[in-house]
Amino acid sequence: MDLARHIKWIKPPVFLLCLVPAARLAWEGFHDGLGPNPIETITHSTGTWTLTFICVTLTVTPLRKLLHQNVLVRFRRMFGLFAFFYGSLHLMTYVWLDKFFNFQDMIKDVYKRPFITAGFTAYVLMVPLAVTSTSGMIRRLGGRRWRNLHRLIYVTAIAGVVHYYWLVKIDETVPLRFAAVVAILLGYRVVDYALQKKSGTSSRGGPGGGSARGPARGPARGVSSGSDGSTTKETPVPA
Amino acid sequence: MLIKKPSDMRYSEVTPKYLYMNRRNFLAGAAAAAGAAALVGRSAGDWLEPRSVQAGGAKLENLVKSPFSTPEKYTSYDAITHYNNYYEFSTSKDGPAVKAQNFKTNPWTVSVEGEVSKPEKFDIASLMKLAPLEERIYRHRCVEGWSIVVPWVGYSLSVLINRVQPTSKAKFVEFTTDLDPKQMPGLREGGLDWPYTEGLRLDEAMHPLTLLCFGLYGEVLPNQNGAPLRTVIPWKYGFKCTKSMVKVRFTEKQPATAWNKANPTEYGFYSNVNPTVDHPRWSQATERRLGEFSKRKTLMFNGYDQVASLYTGMDLRKNF
Repeated sequence: MDLARHIKWIKPPVFLLCLVPAARLAWEGFHDGLGPNPIETITHSTGTWTLTFICVTLTVTPLRKLLHQNVLVRFRRMFGLFAFFYGSLHLMTYVWLDKFFNFQDMIKDVYKRPFITAGFTAYVLMVPLAVTSTSGMIRRLGGRRWRNLHRLIYVTAIAGVVHYYWLVKIDETVPLRFAAVVAILLGYRVVDYALQKKSGTSSRGGPGGGSARGPARGPARGVSSGSDGSTTKETPVPA
Repeated sequence: MLIKKPSDMRYSEVTPKYLYMNRRNFLAGAAAAAGAAALVGRSAGDWLEPRSVQAGGAKLENLVKSPFSTPEKYTSYDAITHYNNYYEFSTSKDGPAVKAQNFKTNPWTVSVEGEVSKPEKFDIASLMKLAPLEERIYRHRCVEGWSIVVPWVGYSLSVLINRVQPTSKAKFVEFTTDLDPKQMPGLREGGLDWPYTEGLRLDEAMHPLTLLCFGLYGEVLPNQNGAPLRTVIPWKYGFKCTKSMVKVRFTEKQPATAWNKANPTEYGFYSNVNPTVDHPRWSQATERRLGEFSKRKTLMFNGYDQVASLYTGMDLRKNF
């Protein structure tokens, strides 16, 4: 199926689907549906969805390569920005509903409490990625630099899982499941990279094919030439 | 159709608003959520299954008012009964209300043993008759940083202790929760070193505030709150309470306690509520009272200053 041709019909419903968790929280919030400790429910839910979207974002590239569907990369920015969106909501619940803007307390927390240090690191590293997610920024940075910068998502993913793992009291089931997912997604990249080095080939030529391989060589284009000629929707492919 | 007057209703019969709202509306987000939820580890079943309401206990009559009660507004029945830490059933807060529903609390025997002159086994009915039942409205502070105000029903544990006559060797009391993997699904998932045991120094156990508890909100304890009997020690973090208790043993040596065994640097034997001693991972200076938006300052001994004399001369940072 030629997904690329239908992408403008697929994207809006995917976007709305990504908003469901937030909408659900808002709806339940207004209808007394968040349980006896609503603030905790919001904190946990937004945190879980942040990690989920980080994982979804990291799934795009393996899926694209395994299915030979380069068009999938066009969803990556959206997923990444949703991870940032839920991460921002998560941070907001802490800053506002937990600490009530007591910045002195927060600084102490970041310094003293490892799980907050990890969570805060994970979030802070997402900021430059969100800021440089626009096509203009990609062009300005150049594809290679942009790609290298955006590998910070790997650190965010690991720090995010550690943050979750360190805060649970005893039942580590869910954080460990996230850890497994992140391990698989990052492991894939390690293997993929090693295989490419071994084969020594990095370019198979042709638009959409060549630039899709490996981070090492290939034309470091900021804006790849999409087959539909659109100017704003493209992001450099690997990573 | 039978229409009950509000006065005839038991608290346990009232469906909390957030439960029926959930039931009516869970379908809306369910389809989308289910797929995504599978990724996250919360199974779709957890989302789709409407949480049910605990059948709840019979009314307890002729309760004596207690001078130990706080005049504070108490937390809603729904919150008290649907926000529980009871790992024998589930590690989620709303899990115990569902998974403890069919827990059998009758017949129930409590064995009181160890360093006592008159060891005795009590069935629950006779134990409830040892002393007049009082309503005690206590603050309850969880080590996790939330708190509630609960109208408990019971009498001072000292009544039971005096009856069995501890010997001169008895320095501590160990409390043990029931161990029944068939009925307690949480036990099959590991976690703590089961059965759950807790302990107090004898003078702490003898303190009139320490409650042997059979009910809340004027009714028999709901299963998720530790039916048919539990302890309540209001100046300590909630985990010092022992739910669904089957054994009280008097000892010479300090007994091992469940959370202390699981993580000795985070959970001490004493675990008195203390805003100046932080949990290694979070602050204990403030707490969120369920039902309130802002946080409150946590009080030393949870506001029960009358117990301070139990700890004279002790370093409470060391003996956390």
